[in-house]
Amino acid sequence: MQPQRGFSQIRCVPAFAACLAAAHPVFASGSHANLNIFAPVSTPSRQIYQLSLFTLTITGAIFVSVAGLLLYVILRYRAGKHQPEHEPAQVYGSVQVELAWTIIPILIVLVLFLTTARIIFAIQDAPEPKAAVDVDVIGHQFWWEYRYPKLGVVTANELHIPVSTTAHPAATYLHLFSADVVHSFWVPRLNGKTDLIPNHPNQMWMDPQETGLFLGQCAQFCGVQHAKMLIRVYVDTPQQFDAWVENQKKPAADDPAVAEGRRVFETEACMNCHAISGTAARGTVGPDLTHLMSRDTIGSGIVANTPENLRKWIQNPGSFKEGCMMPAMQLTDRQIDQVVAYLSTLH
Amino acid sequence: MADQTVPIGGSLDAAPPARGAFLEWLHSWVTTVDHKKLGILYVVYSLFFLLVGGAEAMVIRIQLAFPQNHFVSPETYNEIFTMHGTTMVFLFGMPILFGFANYVVPLMIGARDMAFPRLNAFSFWLTAFGGLLLYFSFIAGFGLYGMGNAPDAGWFAYAPLTTSAFSPGHNIDFWALALILSGFGTLGAAINIIATTLSMRCPGMTLSRMPLFVWLMLVVSSLTLVTITPLTAAQIMLALDRYLGAHFFDAQAGGSPLLWIHFFWIFGHPEVYVLVLPAFAIANEVIPVFSRKAIFGYPAMVAASVGIAFVSLTVWAHHMFTVGMTAAGNTFFALSTMVVAIFTGIKVFNWLATMWGGNLRFATPMLFCTGFLFQFLVAGLTGVMLAVAPWDWQLHNSYFLIAHFHYVLVGAIAMCLFAGFYYWYPKATGRMLSEKLGKWHFWLFVIGFHTTFDTMHFVGLLGMPRSIYTYEPDRGWTGLNQVISAGGFVQAIAVLLFVYNLVHSYYRGEPAGSDPWDAWTLEWATPSPPPVYNFADEPEVRSRRPLWDIKHPQDPDWKYEA
Amino acid sequence: MSSIPLFADEEWRLPSRGRVAMISLIIGECGIFAIFVAAYVYYIGRSLSGPTPRILEIPILNTVCLLSSSLTIWLAERAIERGRIRLFGAWWAATIALGLKFILGTAAEWRSLIYDHGLTISTNLFGTTFYSLVGLHATHVIVGLIGLSIVMIFTLLGHVREEHAERIQVWALYWHFVDAVWVVVFTVVYLVGR
Repeated sequence: MQPQRGFSQIRCVPAFAACLAAAHPVFASGSHANLNIFAPVSTPSRQIYQLSLFTLTITGAIFVSVAGLLLYVILRYRAGKHQPEHEPAQVYGSVQVELAWTIIPILIVLVLFLTTARIIFAIQDAPEPKAAVDVDVIGHQFWWEYRYPKLGVVTANELHIPVSTTAHPAATYLHLFSADVVHSFWVPRLNGKTDLIPNHPNQMWMDPQETGLFLGQCAQFCGVQHAKMLIRVYVDTPQQFDAWVENQKKPAADDPAVAEGRRVFETEACMNCHAISGTAARGTVGPDLTHLMSRDTIGSGIVANTPENLRKWIQNPGSFKEGCMMPAMQLTDRQIDQVVAYLSTLH
Repeated sequence: MADQTVPIGGSLDAAPPARGAFLEWLHSWVTTVDHKKLGILYVVYSLFFLLVGGAEAMVIRIQLAFPQNHFVSPETYNEIFTMHGTTMVFLFGMPILFGFANYVVPLMIGARDMAFPRLNAFSFWLTAFGGLLLYFSFIAGFGLYGMGNAPDAGWFAYAPLTTSAFSPGHNIDFWALALILSGFGTLGAAINIIATTLSMRCPGMTLSRMPLFVWLMLVVSSLTLVTITPLTAAQIMLALDRYLGAHFFDAQAGGSPLLWIHFFWIFGHPEVYVLVLPAFAIANEVIPVFSRKAIFGYPAMVAASVGIAFVSLTVWAHHMFTVGMTAAGNTFFALSTMVVAIFTGIKVFNWLATMWGGNLRFATPMLFCTGFLFQFLVAGLTGVMLAVAPWDWQLHNSYFLIAHFHYVLVGAIAMCLFAGFYYWYPKATGRMLSEKLGKWHFWLFVIGFHTTFDTMHFVGLLGMPRSIYTYEPDRGWTGLNQVISAGGFVQAIAVLLFVYNLVHSYYRGEPAGSDPWDAWTLEWATPSPPPVYNFADEPEVRSRRPLWDIKHPQDPDWKYEA
Repeated sequence: MSSIPLFADEEWRLPSRGRVAMISLIIGECGIFAIFVAAYVYYIGRSLSGPTPRILEIPILNTVCLLSSSLTIWLAERAIERGRIRLFGAWWAATIALGLKFILGTAAEWRSLIYDHGLTISTNLFGTTFYSLVGLHATHVIVGLIGLSIVMIFTLLGHVREEHAERIQVWALYWHFVDAVWVVVFTVVYLVGR
């Protein structure tokens, strides 16, 4: 009988080692779109990261020892060319051995569990500081609504929050609601994910310590365009954040040059779904468009916010996001041009 | 290969009845109540749906091989991944384990058939037609071009997405009704197995002398009673919501989608133990025979299995760490999940101890069981990672999770099922499966499996969520997805090779004899294939390995067993 | 095989498969009922509008009938054990009559709830959980009554004899289960929930 090696075990070892390597922060930084859970920039994601390293160490040690044992057994006890005359000694069990390999795992689990419990409470029950920024996040099929109740800001799809420094710590608390089905808010570098469930408000917090753009997406299947319900979180310096808030609080720009476009917007059913503050448009089914031009993307992060894309979107949203809730409004080319011109003034 | 040293009582009438017309043959299969034929029907049915589910997996992998791919539309993709999961769990996983149980359990306990042969047939056909109803959904509605009305809300079918407000077509109705039906079939099969193992054992076979395969099937069937029924209840509630305007999951009326999530996972978690325990059952038979040693610690194995079944009922909310339970709630479920890891870990050690000091023969069944041991170890450890609730807040619903559960479902369960096929195929057909093809099957499958599922862990760590029909090109996920897809093709080839082996060996395989593996449980004391009545004389046993006692009269087991 | 001596002279006794199967079925059914009870309990007091459980009248007579039917079926079991088929038939018929009264009483209660109070399964959470839980139980009673009636017909035709006592007991187990579930449903719906 040919000796067989446990080939699958040989593959598992480098896989595990690579896993540990990917966990190293050096590996994680640098790429343009980074959703690596091992590249935390916020306290809760960092606590999770440290807990994960601890867990990896324990499970890694278990893997190496048990896999090593298995490899040893395979090599040492494989049948040789000559079949022995007698069957090997039949060992039916051993109480001491079984006790040992029950008690040791219990102890390992105890250690892992206590560490886990500590982090669960540290993250979930962290007291909300007075100066925290509060954001209500309302999940829709297939976009994100953001409301800052204390600041009087309503926006969509692109979340702006302040950076947290040792000099000026700044946490952001997200209160999660859903207008329709179950969604999940996941920006890996900022925190683990939390679900948005109708009739069941949830809460999560983050205090990112680096400025920049952090990406994520919806993490609970919510319908046909779940895949394109992307998240963009802009972590701003305090000045940038204040400037952004100031701008968002203003009512919509009202440029008479695009009055035609505004009229189309208000009469062709756009205002049934969308809101533009300072106008008659008060719809809440779709994103608030008051400061549409302050956003880099449209369609919940899927395409750049350019007049071309905007035009294509209005003509037929399904060309970008087939099955999304916004219907093609059957506007004429001229009407679309006018609306795009109008929307392009909404900075 | 053992020679015929075992005296087989009453090995008469081994010749098959004269073959009549094709219709008579078909009629005998359709109306059979013989557990062996029904076992084969279950297995063939499951293999068919394994191939269908596998094809669905390949569609998924082709679509995901490139970002912004247009191989299938989003609607079609969502139907495909939903059907992939639903098919693999309900039309492959469940029927095949009941198929193996049906075939093997009565033979192992020295019985002539199951306790209720007609219920057995009824259960099979109910399950089978439930599955066909599920697949009819592809043709219903707009038919194949528009991909019809196949369910498209994930195999977990979360409310309120599945309520009529958000799923106005018939997709979800097919899901709920087909599974309610096949669930009743499953219940019937489970009741039958419990009654058979408790009431039909041959003289001398006390519960503590039952083969571990039978013990595990008893545990699995008992667990099924309280696992499938919550799903049936939840699906009835969903059907009431959708058809009679009930408000179980209607947030507008004050209802709670969380209720569906709880009920689904109260089913969903024990369900995965229902799927994995039969894999352990097979390993418990194959590993000792191919190590030439008795299983190490039989009582502990029984206790661990029963313990797993009970504890598995307390861990369901580890699928819900992100729904916003209290810290105390999350802590409880993290703990219970880690506890169940202890019970399962112990089993791995028992298998290792069985192999220790043995004389390991790496025929194909043992190759698959060895692969199972490595892969189950990894799967169990990634399970421990997921049990660490805060880490789960990152890993949940990512491709890391998909990698973990496929490691269990494919790397552990499918591997053991293959082992079981190679082990018992000779008994069922009288012919050996080709060892050469078996080794090709094994190595190709292992290579493909690791290519796909090892890599999948990483793309999950890089933030890729599940259930998405496409992804952005700049996320660094593209290369990894291509590797994953490539591995899928290799596994597909391996499985097709296996199916070819099954068919080819039926006509060209070496004759097996009654005991080709020199094994020790009662099924090997019958001709291959066994006559319809199994045993001409009812066996009497005195230990856990009756054939060992016969083959080693100077050193029988009953002298040493507690 | 017969060369292995049996280790003792004890008789080889195994539990009856019918009993095992029925108990397994009952355990499975408990799973279904448990989920409906859980939903009922969870939604107590959460209806946003519409009738509340205060409109329910405690169905004392119905309950007494159903629980007595457990007694009568028990008496029927004892009768057939002793071979007294006619007595068995009488107690069996009494069981059916009591079960039927329960169902008719439930139907009357529902009629009143629907027409006098406007409560249907789609009215509110209370309606949803009430009709589904009580309805699930009533369905099981009806299935039981159908089974009991079939046995009644066989009895009247003279096919039921003393040797069928075991099978009668297995079927009676189902009926006892249905009654036990009613105790739970009654407590949850008419006592706790009100």
